[in-house]
Amino acid sequence: MMENNGFSSPRNDSFPAGLRVLVVDDDPTWLKILEKMLKKCSYEVTTCGLARDALNLLRERKGGYDIVISDVYMPDMDGFKLLEQVGLEMDLPVIMMSVDGETSRVMKGVQHGACDYLLKPIRMKELRNIWQHVFRKKIHEVRDIETLERVESFQMTRNGSDHYEDGHVLCGEDLASIKKRKHIESKHDEKDTGDSISTKKARVVWSVDLHQKFVKAVNQIGLDKVGPKKILDMMNVPWLTRENVASHLQKYRLYLSRLQKENDFKTPAGGIKQSDSPLRDSAGSFGSQNSINLQHNDFSSGSYGFAGSSLVVHNGDPRSHDSDRKRLVSTPVEEPKRTLTVNVPNPCIPRSSQMEFGHPLAPPQSEVDFGALDSTLPTKYPWCGIQLKKEHNPLHLNDEFSHLPLPGQKQLTQADYPQPAPAISSAPSLTPSHNEYRSNVNHASSTAIAVDSSPIQTKTNMANHQAVDPNSKSTPSLENQGFNMNSITEFESSRKNINLGMLPFTTLEEDLQVCWVPGDCNMNLGLQNMEVLEYFDPGLITDVPVNLNDGLRFDYEFNDPTEYSLIDQSLFIA
Amino acid sequence: MDRKQLQHQLAYMRKSLFDQGYLDDQFNQLEDLQDEANPNFVEEVVTLFYSDSARFIQNIEQAMIKKPNIDFGKLDDYMHQFKGSSSSFGAKKVKKECSQFRECCSAGNIEGCIKTFQQLKQEHATLRRKLETYFQLVKQAGIAGRT
Repeated sequence: MMENNGFSSPRNDSFPAGLRVLVVDDDPTWLKILEKMLKKCSYEVTTCGLARDALNLLRERKGGYDIVISDVYMPDMDGFKLLEQVGLEMDLPVIMMSVDGETSRVMKGVQHGACDYLLKPIRMKELRNIWQHVFRKKIHEVRDIETLERVESFQMTRNGSDHYEDGHVLCGEDLASIKKRKHIESKHDEKDTGDSISTKKARVVWSVDLHQKFVKAVNQIGLDKVGPKKILDMMNVPWLTRENVASHLQKYRLYLSRLQKENDFKTPAGGIKQSDSPLRDSAGSFGSQNSINLQHNDFSSGSYGFAGSSLVVHNGDPRSHDSDRKRLVSTPVEEPKRTLTVNVPNPCIPRSSQMEFGHPLAPPQSEVDFGALDSTLPTKYPWCGIQLKKEHNPLHLNDEFSHLPLPGQKQLTQADYPQPAPAISSAPSLTPSHNEYRSNVNHASSTAIAVDSSPIQTKTNMANHQAVDPNSKSTPSLENQGFNMNSITEFESSRKNINLGMLPFTTLEEDLQVCWVPGDCNMNLGLQNMEVLEYFDPGLITDVPVNLNDGLRFDYEFNDPTEYSLIDQSLFIA
Repeated sequence: MDRKQLQHQLAYMRKSLFDQGYLDDQFNQLEDLQDEANPNFVEEVVTLFYSDSARFIQNIEQAMIKKPNIDFGKLDDYMHQFKGSSSSFGAKKVKKECSQFRECCSAGNIEGCIKTFQQLKQEHATLRRKLETYFQLVKQAGIAGRT
């Protein structure tokens, strides 16, 4: 039985009220009860008696649901299988239910990716709290980005900015803790295969190298023919599980599709996916902050190892993308993990010292090839953006940022950017108001990611940040920023456009504070703006030398909101 | 009988259903869900259960008489669903019989299965009668749910 409650628009602000739940159970008695219970929690309920119907519903309405609750036993499809599918295709949190509470079953559920396992009979109070799973997922994404950013910024500051001393310290510490955390997490991951129960949330850290391997495998197999098993086999990483790959693949796919969209604008130069976009907005933020870090942080901390350095450019293969761009990406700077290598940020940081980016660029890339960044970054982290957004229209950016310099390419025409900031802001769906978008960031990112490398990245970026909420805010701020992405102009180095866009800040969450933005912190959103969407293909990023540092040097005159799409480079945080 | 009396009677009956183990706390949960939009929610659920469970019983019976080999796996599946369904409104005794049945299944104990199944059907029918009376009383007493 399928009862459609109507697909409402994304949750409103009274979260968790209005949470859109899809309940799947073949037992009509339970469906009736669950529906009533959920309604009492002020959630929006849709019920479904068959697994197939549920999948169809989910597919038809992508982004129309926040969470799925399903019984383990379904006549037409195994509940675990449904769970996997949903996780892969839609990346939604799934809660399993059963009257059978045997440990082995519960374990199986968790292994397949269930975020919770409820025993029947279910009480209403258990249902009241399911929103936490939705929320948790969001903040994880954000947090990753933030961490990444922080790391990045740390690096950046280290590289040469004088200000932000405190930032340094802070970053340093953050970095350390991030590293530590990552380390622990990765340890857990490794142990996880053997010890399935006790590991705490084991999150695979998708380091740049790892991700590169992944992308390589995917490219070899062919994206349309790819499957987690195949990838896993090809990658030949012993401790990696099929589930890890599956979830990463899903994110990657989202990233790519987002880039795709964004790519319309951009010239498919070198396939730069970088969504330069965010640069614009982020510009503001980028300026000073390490907004780039955002992305980086996330990446690094997040699953993506982009770790600054690596991310950026991972692409190991020398893609044609502009090498410059890559730079940003490749900031192999510090630890591969962290650095989202957003080297790109550097460029963004017009203020030179601003390079807060977090270092991803830190290393050497002095030339902030933002151009590269743009391309690279976004591509790299498309995820970031992608993840965040589930519903955002990725293209917000486009609206606003038409200027956004498309990644990698010279697009950076900063001039295009209406406002300097936009560029950076591209960060993923920067919550338009940069401001607090934390949660928005997700949105933003998402949008940002949408920014897909299409040449318009910048556009998107900008759009993203802005777009996210077209609160004009972002844009205007960017303008002030002047710097913002102007710095990013570094793109082609000629422009000094810092392709902040590159910054894979996909998830620029508010926190992202993308340091980029020197002045107005749009950056904060910058990251948000930064749609890190641009999922730069690894190749892209790698090239980008982290010249950011140098890049930063350029006079950040970028008045145009450099399309800092880099930031958006969707931090693909697996 | 005046209202007060009816209410007393209702309360008494309710209590005994719980005391005798026919119902468990899940029943309370459902009663808590009743509101203006669904004043007879519990009754609706129970009705739904009984119409749906006829299907289960039939399936199980058919699976049990299948000779020569009874498919225990299938039986277990059916019973699992049945158990889940009966747990929805707190049918305690019915649920217990389901668990019992499943144990016999996993032990491959045909006789045990048959016997348990008989008991299960009995409990199933008894509860139905009792609840019918209960809901009637509820209507008469003019109140929904607990006093």
